Amino acid sequence: MFGSESLCVLQGRDFSEETSLKLTGSQILLESLRLEGVETVFGYPGGAVINIYDDLYDSPIKHILARHEQAAVHAADGYARTTGEVGVVIATSGPGATNTVTGIATAYMDSIPMVIITGQVPTALIGNDAFQEADICGITRPCTKHNFLVQDLRDLPRMIKEAFFIARTGRPGPVLIDLPKDIQVASMKFSYPDTVKMRGYKPTVDGDERQIGKAAQMMLKAKRPVLYVGGGASLANADPELLKLAELLQVPVTTTLMAMAAFPGEHPLSLGMLGMHGTYFANMAVTECDLLVAIGARFDDRVTGRIDAFAKKAKIIQFDIDPSSIHKIVRVDLPVVGDLKSVLTSLLRQLDEKPQDISVQIEQTSAWRKEISGWKAKHPMGYQASKSVIKPQYVIEKLSELSNQDAIITTEVGQHQMWAAQFFKFRQARTFLTSGGLGTMGYGLPAALGAQVAFPERQVIDISGDGSFQMNSQELATLVQYRLPVKIAILNNNFLGMVRQWQQLFFDKRYSQTCMELPIDFVKLAEAYGATGLRTDKVDDVENVIKKAFEIDGPVLMEFKVSREENVIPMVPAGKGIHEMVLAS
Amino acid sequence: MKHTISVLVENEFGVLARVAGLFSGRGFNIESLSVAPTLEPDTSRMTIVTRGDDRVLEQITKQLNKLISTIKVVDFTDEEFVERELALVKVTAESDSRAEVLRIVDIFRAKVVDVTPKSYTVEITGAPAKIDAVLVLLTPLGIKEVVRSGPVVIGRGSKGVAS
Repeated sequence: MFGSESLCVLQGRDFSEETSLKLTGSQILLESLRLEGVETVFGYPGGAVINIYDDLYDSPIKHILARHEQAAVHAADGYARTTGEVGVVIATSGPGATNTVTGIATAYMDSIPMVIITGQVPTALIGNDAFQEADICGITRPCTKHNFLVQDLRDLPRMIKEAFFIARTGRPGPVLIDLPKDIQVASMKFSYPDTVKMRGYKPTVDGDERQIGKAAQMMLKAKRPVLYVGGGASLANADPELLKLAELLQVPVTTTLMAMAAFPGEHPLSLGMLGMHGTYFANMAVTECDLLVAIGARFDDRVTGRIDAFAKKAKIIQFDIDPSSIHKIVRVDLPVVGDLKSVLTSLLRQLDEKPQDISVQIEQTSAWRKEISGWKAKHPMGYQASKSVIKPQYVIEKLSELSNQDAIITTEVGQHQMWAAQFFKFRQARTFLTSGGLGTMGYGLPAALGAQVAFPERQVIDISGDGSFQMNSQELATLVQYRLPVKIAILNNNFLGMVRQWQQLFFDKRYSQTCMELPIDFVKLAEAYGATGLRTDKVDDVENVIKKAFEIDGPVLMEFKVSREENVIPMVPAGKGIHEMVLAS
Repeated sequence: MKHTISVLVENEFGVLARVAGLFSGRGFNIESLSVAPTLEPDTSRMTIVTRGDDRVLEQITKQLNKLISTIKVVDFTDEEFVERELALVKVTAESDSRAEVLRIVDIFRAKVVDVTPKSYTVEITGAPAKIDAVLVLLTPLGIKEVVRSGPVVIGRGSKGVAS
């Protein structure tokens, strides 16, 4: 066994040359994590990972003890989304492993790089229905980018190397390593591979120059172009290139929920979000455009509405890292497969060679921008303000106004999530963490936790609803234990608001099981964990509560009693085209 | 439309489940699937027969390629290829029908591989349509059991599908 000092001494060495030196499987795991640059892991101990936790006791790797494995995964996800690094989770076998599934599926749907290490019963017991045994490789096969069951200690270093490589390259995603207990205790000489050799995995990086040239031509010819930007742009850190492209050609930009922070919300070319709860002008622009340029966006049904009405006047260019995203939902006219940062850089280079064409293009698209300004003036984003009751949108506006430039916002799922997307003005990339694909309630608090671990000095705010908050509220304990000063803003309407809204609009106000009959005292709940709780139901108090929360050096839960039956507007009813919006409640 | 796809995969833990799970999870159908290692023991080759329009087939091919364990995917539909399936058929063969079974076996160049006083077990290889035809003829005589391998295919010409 190695103490922390001796392990540090070992770290610089090539263990393969140390004839007498053997490491156990769990030591090899931790040493490999360290060599991958992992500083922090999130997790929860248990019988099948007890050896790993024993070695962790002496390791320089920092471990954050969540209060539920699902939350540990969301926290690692939040860490990954803000930093761009691979988030790492450790959980035990059986229930520990199955508890990670929702977190893994959340990360998979949003293409978040993660490595999840689960303990497994000893290899000899696999398949015997042993205590705390679950076939987690079988369970997570459809919601991981790849997974491994380690059957031989000699495979472990290679598998860890491959897991990190797979997680962070191409279209990123979660990778799970299932590590049986007997392999954790077995030992061998350790050397970590420098490279990976996988015959079946060679992600494309650079786009085809000729295709990019054609894209440039199409963009220089279009009279009514729109950029439709998705989460892929954030994942590729392509936000600076995106901004350059939009400004160079003066093309309006609409973003999906996943890309709200990839383009500045207050930029004159910003159209905000499109789709089911998109802005009037974004949805009209997409409907009326003659060229739609999809950048790391996958034509999700919440974005497109009725598919045969979506951008039907437009030629479509699609830039994406994942070949299987091309033509999946919509037949596109010009696909370009590659890393978006590389592809947009080469697109900009090709455009830069044609300064005259660019000025002609800006000239010929000015009528289009004017038309869009008309739509903006006709139906701006807004809501009916009130002096007597707190409007949830007002709270978001105030949070946007009073928070720092680099504040990180997380959300749960539901009405508050849509209001956050609609009314918060995002200013820089990787500052909006939300479960877009899977739509996981309970994501926001642990994701905020992970983001705060990554950036202890920045403001991290979880915008939450009273329903979602209760799905992972136990993480208040983690915040307090690690002194993570996350600010939580609960927009409490005592309803599962989004479902209630659908029931109001489409089910004759039959509010089946959406009214939270029991009012929770969230302030007391925060205090029970040792956090600060603040509450208000007065419009005039909102600003003070937020300011006060920001001043307190520790986790603060703000409870805003908001108008109960507020609706998220605009709304495209299911089955309608995105131009067929309901614009008033 | 029917498509026959060859998939070269890493011969490793769970690879069959990955491919089968991909088809079931995305609502693609598998008509038949056969799999065995190639000359290289770390590589297996699957032959999958599936149905779908062009859009579905494009997705099947792309999704198969997306699997980390997949080395190569070849859709043989628009290519010249040789297709063979093996069937073993246990057919009732008592006094009056024994000769008829043998006649059918002879016509289709099949083989009798097991004999009892009451039955013949017949081995047939060929394109799936040929096997269908034999089964149609044998059915009235009384088939006790059939097992088919599902087709395997290989491209015509001298070029091989290398991994």
